[in-house]
Amino acid sequence: MKILVPVKRVVDYNVKIRVKADGTGVDLANVKMSMNPFDEIAVEEAVRLKEAGIATEVIAVSCGVAACQETLRTAMAIGADRGILVETDVELQPLAVAKLLKALCDKEAPQIVICGKQAIDDDANQTGQMLAALQNWPQATFASKVVIANGKAAVTREIDGGLETLEMSLPAVVSTDLRLNEPRYATLPNIMKAKKKPLETLKPADLGVDVTPRLTTLKVAEPAKRSAGIRVADVAELVNKLKNEAKVI
Amino acid sequence: MTILVIAEHDHQSLKAATLNTVTAASKIGGDIHVLVAGSNCSAAAQQAAQLQGVSSVKVADAAHYQNQTAENLTALVIAQAGNYSHILAPATTFGKNLLPRVAALLDVAQISEITGVESADTFIRPIYAGNALATVQSADKIKVITVRSTAFDAAMSGGSAAVEAIAAANDTNQTTLTNRELTKSERPELGAAKIIVSGGRGLGSGENYHKLLEPLADKLGAALGASRAAVDAGFVPNDYQVGQTGKIVAPQLYIAVGISGAIQHLAGMKDSKVIVAINKDPDAPIFQVADYGLVADLFETVPTLVAAL
Ligand SMILES: Cc1cc2nc3c(=O)[nH]c(=O)nc-3n(C[C@H](O)[C@H](O)[C@H](O)COP(=O)(O)OP(=O)(O)OC[C@H]3O[C@@H](n4cnc5c(N)ncnc54)[C@H](O)[C@@H]3O)c2cc1C
Ligand SMILES: Nc1ncnc2c1ncn2[C@@H]1O[C@H](COP(=O)(O)O)[C@@H](O)[C@H]1O
Repeated sequence: MKILVPVKRVVDYNVKIRVKADGTGVDLANVKMSMNPFDEIAVEEAVRLKEAGIATEVIAVSCGVAACQETLRTAMAIGADRGILVETDVELQPLAVAKLLKALCDKEAPQIVICGKQAIDDDANQTGQMLAALQNWPQATFASKVVIANGKAAVTREIDGGLETLEMSLPAVVSTDLRLNEPRYATLPNIMKAKKKPLETLKPADLGVDVTPRLTTLKVAEPAKRSAGIRVADVAELVNKLKNEAKVI
Repeated sequence: MTILVIAEHDHQSLKAATLNTVTAASKIGGDIHVLVAGSNCSAAAQQAAQLQGVSSVKVADAAHYQNQTAENLTALVIAQAGNYSHILAPATTFGKNLLPRVAALLDVAQISEITGVESADTFIRPIYAGNALATVQSADKIKVITVRSTAFDAAMSGGSAAVEAIAAANDTNQTTLTNRELTKSERPELGAAKIIVSGGRGLGSGENYHKLLEPLADKLGAALGASRAAVDAGFVPNDYQVGQTGKIVAPQLYIAVGISGAIQHLAGMKDSKVIVAINKDPDAPIFQVADYGLVADLFETVPTLVAAL
């Protein structure tokens, strides 16, 4: 059984981004880029399924600029067997990524796609669900536990009110939430080994997919700043301020 | 223009975020229909019919809508979609699970978690954990949109829309719900609470979290929230998490106790009206957004605060 893991190259989660002064976007020059944290969790889960003898091959896929190769190498250092880069300089929106992934699913025939629930740059939370729709596969989003047995997946999901468990036959799409696992650190020997693993590069046209964006960004602005607050000396002052100044209690 | 709002409900009543979504629809302009798909859900449908601004409620009542699976709801929404210019749902785990599936089958983009409506095709949405606001324009024939509830007021009741039964779509049988464990609480829902008391790793344990924060929340009639670190450490269940990838809240008062204020946490609470931070580290980033900061040990401060209220 093959597992396909889409991994996105995003601004590192520790970076405090800056909006460009001309309002055209976010300044990405010289900013540290990393694998989307939810995708690290996805790679880890796929590799564990392989280590448990359930999966036979883990394929990492990244769509975007040539530098996404680094993200694929990171996935292979965690344990993915090979990588596929769908290279384009066009800004990719979730529907376009879902279509590229669909084309790759048709080609590679994985039994499970494990993706992140959300990319921390666009905060879209869409791609996995879109892929599941295009494939007419069942989906289990926001997973905190995945059990694969007898050609079925039982997935526990983090929902607003608590947790629920869904059962579905494979193939299916699973998207990861934070509690699914704690990704391992890639060791130096594994980073070295990853450099020798196969990495194939395709173009969207090779997959017959039109990736033209559907949404046009007219403007990117900074959110309103909160005005600076004050330090209170003790609990008495705090209670006094909340009652008489803020009037919220 | 006719807008379809997909109701989130528990068959008996609407979830609060549905009311905010109706308000977002009214900012777009045009007729507003609400879809209530459920099992024995006429009470929820009646409530939807009473919302101001709603002109029609479509009810699909069938056993296979009991568990609200994305696969079954998508089939139903797709069957209705041709009548609408916009399809909206709340940006909750319900809406986020469902609407991208709908959008993909319609071959349109989904616009996630809007916080503003500029016009019928142009919307504002936060990106990068709310550190930037993008204004985006859609050229698609149907706009599929999730709505951040804290950015829109709740629609008021006082309307009287027609309620119409519609045919259910077939059961796709793609997923089976085998278990659901909902956190039981007498406290207000996080998304709708006026006051939230939220705890972080600084509390040290689940026992401390409950011992210290519950009396405070009781005194204030507050909901309880948490940072990711507190959830990961098992102090409280996952549905307590506030942040970029948890719940987005904007209460009148947010009290952060033993929370450092990472970007991802701030993303979920920085639109609160008044923020209080209690933290022993004077350099904790939470103080940069706090209206009232108290640099102190929480183990001494919180009981003193409870006594002073
Ligand atoms: C992909 C991703 C998504 C994330 N999503 C979220 C999210 O949705 N929500 C979220 O909250 N985080 C999220 N995070 C995690 C975030 O980056 C932080 O790690 C997390 O918010 C830290 O939680 P904390 O403030 O409780 O813990 P810490 O950062 O460890 O802070 C604990 C604080 O407690 C204080 N403290 C300790 N003891 C005391 C005492 N006795 N008295 C007073 N103060 C004390 C310390 O000074 C410190 O400031 C996400 C991270 C990633 C990578
Ligand atoms: N450009 C991309 N390349 C590979 N995977 C992606 C890409 N964009 C999104 N994904 C996958 O889809 C998930 C959700 O992304 P999004 O819908 O953009 O929030 C991510 O966590 C990735 O697993």
